[in-house]
Amino acid sequence: MTVLVLLEHDRGELAEAARQALNAARPLAEELGVPVHGVLVGEDAAPLAQTAADFGAEVVHVATHELLSDYGPDAWAETTRQLGDALDADVVLSVGSDRGNEVMAHLAARSGLPFVANCSRIAPNLGPWSITRIQWGGSLLEDVTLAAPRKIVTIAHHAAAATPVHPDCRAVDLRLERFEPELDESVAVTMIRGRDGQRRGSTLSTAPVVIGGGRGVGSADGFSVLEELAELLQGRVGCSRAATNNGWRPHSDQVGQTGTRISPDVYIAAGISGAIQHWVGAMAAKKIVAINTDPDANMVAKADYAVIADLHEVLPAISEEIRRRRDA
Amino acid sequence: MALRILCCVKRVPSPGSRINLTDDGTAVDATHLGFTTSPHEECAVEEAVVLAEHEGGTVTVLTLGPPESVEQLRYAASVGADELVLVATDGAPWDPQRTAAALAEAIKRLETDQETFDLILFGNESADSGGFQVGVRVANALQRPMVNGIKRIELNFDGDGPGSVSARRAVDDGFEVYELPLPAILGVKEGINLPRYPTMRGRLASKKLEISSWEGEAAPGGQALVRLRRPVEQTSTTTILGNSAAAAPAVVDLLEELGVFDR
Ligand SMILES: Cc1cc2nc3c(=O)[nH]c(=O)nc-3n(C[C@H](O)[C@H](O)[C@H](O)COP(=O)(O)OP(=O)(O)OC[C@H]3O[C@@H](n4cnc5c(N)ncnc54)[C@H](O)[C@@H]3O)c2cc1C
Ligand SMILES: Nc1ncnc2c1ncn2[C@@H]1O[C@H](COP(=O)(O)O)[C@@H](O)[C@H]1O
Repeated sequence: MTVLVLLEHDRGELAEAARQALNAARPLAEELGVPVHGVLVGEDAAPLAQTAADFGAEVVHVATHELLSDYGPDAWAETTRQLGDALDADVVLSVGSDRGNEVMAHLAARSGLPFVANCSRIAPNLGPWSITRIQWGGSLLEDVTLAAPRKIVTIAHHAAAATPVHPDCRAVDLRLERFEPELDESVAVTMIRGRDGQRRGSTLSTAPVVIGGGRGVGSADGFSVLEELAELLQGRVGCSRAATNNGWRPHSDQVGQTGTRISPDVYIAAGISGAIQHWVGAMAAKKIVAINTDPDANMVAKADYAVIADLHEVLPAISEEIRRRRDA
Repeated sequence: MALRILCCVKRVPSPGSRINLTDDGTAVDATHLGFTTSPHEECAVEEAVVLAEHEGGTVTVLTLGPPESVEQLRYAASVGADELVLVATDGAPWDPQRTAAALAEAIKRLETDQETFDLILFGNESADSGGFQVGVRVANALQRPMVNGIKRIELNFDGDGPGSVSARRAVDDGFEVYELPLPAILGVKEGINLPRYPTMRGRLASKKLEISSWEGEAAPGGQALVRLRRPVEQTSTTTILGNSAAAAPAVVDLLEELGVFDR
């Protein structure tokens, strides 16, 4: 009886998601009165066991097999399935990252069990559990019941902050165990074959200043006034799906449910109406300034500050004012 | 040999600034809303149409949902899909296990009448429920390899035709490359392409296309909806800084105050 946590790593580097998963697992395990176990898939992840212990994993299983040379959804899921069986796990948990959701979906499919993705609250009961999960990329919550002998869940990304149990000391007794799953070649079919390309340094998600433009910008060329201001503030240009769909900006600039989630100190949203799918990508910004000709636009209502005017007049004026003050 | 590609798409409401719920809280109140196809799936259809145009082949689009879902099927046809299939429900939301079981059955049925689909495309996740699993479950039921989150697809040909597919998944520092033997299944993400808009001719042709349809049947799975809720909204008062370009100094004052001016 355990809460088994899939510890996400990439070629031996622990993902932030693994820490978040352990943080979400601890209170759940306490409530159930069972220990937290972690699984690291692949020999190259063995050195991460101590960190996992620091974050609350009482036992860390390192799964080793010659086929576990890199990430692959089937290999990871089958390994986790076998360990879950061996431990008779009550819960198998991970974070709702790309890999977390993918592996849990494969695990659930292989086990013939339900899988609840992106949970924000898990309440164990004697009967079916009560769970709240996010829908629409976070615009909506869904209360569900989950009836299954083993609960397979992911925690919504960033729902659990990553603080270690013992922030200052490394005094946790690490219990490390080897686990050798029985795998055949079929699980290797979906394994990573290689890596390439440099994604154009997409720092949109971490940029401290983002200047976003929407349909109101009017054209691809119209974005030059946003580029200018972004450069002055060492920020990045973002956009709405309307701008992407018109071919004005690449999809890598898109902010929102099916784009990037940003969390800048300041987000200046120009000519963007503030549809809910855009908003979920922008709402983590500390301060939002809307520039819109329509005082009733949702973005204006939700922003901290607004200028009700044509962005093509306001943005150049802001850039000009910045230059004037810097030259002074 | 002509390529056969299948895309699974879902009809979802198209909310604007706020998602309203029905009184009993079990569904999105769609009275004043239009409907659409999830963006990831729109890209899946575009990708399939481009591949079929290049290599010669057909694109089938399959949806499970209320009879009104024919609207999304027709849209897919208007941008190039050749065959449309509806697995009809009464409109109540189906859980992921149930949806996947019915879709897998539908695919088996389509493959007994005709040849196997070389490639089946899903969206990375559905726009409304976002369960991140229907495609994976279908792949498991059909015993085919599946990878999600794909931003680039290339078919590799051997002697007689397409033999495998290279698929790239975007990660922070580049792309992970996967290579799956066909028949295979991929979940794609928006950004893989820029979907075309329908032409007038496409729209007209799509109206004439026949739609195969039958009632969906599958047992519910272990996840059951209780109700939907809107998250608590942070209400903020908006400070209006001005109504013209004359607001610029006030904006720059603000930027200074927020500490992003001196960079
Ligand atoms: C499932 C799903 C997922 C989606 N995902 C995303 C996503 O990730 N990101 C996203 O952005 N959208 C997403 N959308 C689309 C979203 O619903 C909206 O359609 C889109 O965000 C609208 O973009 P917009 O605000 O630029 O355009 P509009 O809604 O057309 O708004 C344009 C705004 O510009 C203002 N304006 C016009 N001219 C000027 C001017 N000269 N100066 C100042 N203001 C001006 C107008 O008053 C208006 O408020 C998604 C939709 C669906 C259904
Ligand atoms: N009702 C449905 N009909 C057809 N395809 C669906 C349906 N529900 C989900 N899908 C497909 O499965 C993918 C993943 O869905 P989900 O597991 O709900 O996130 C979606 O992007 C669609 O391609």
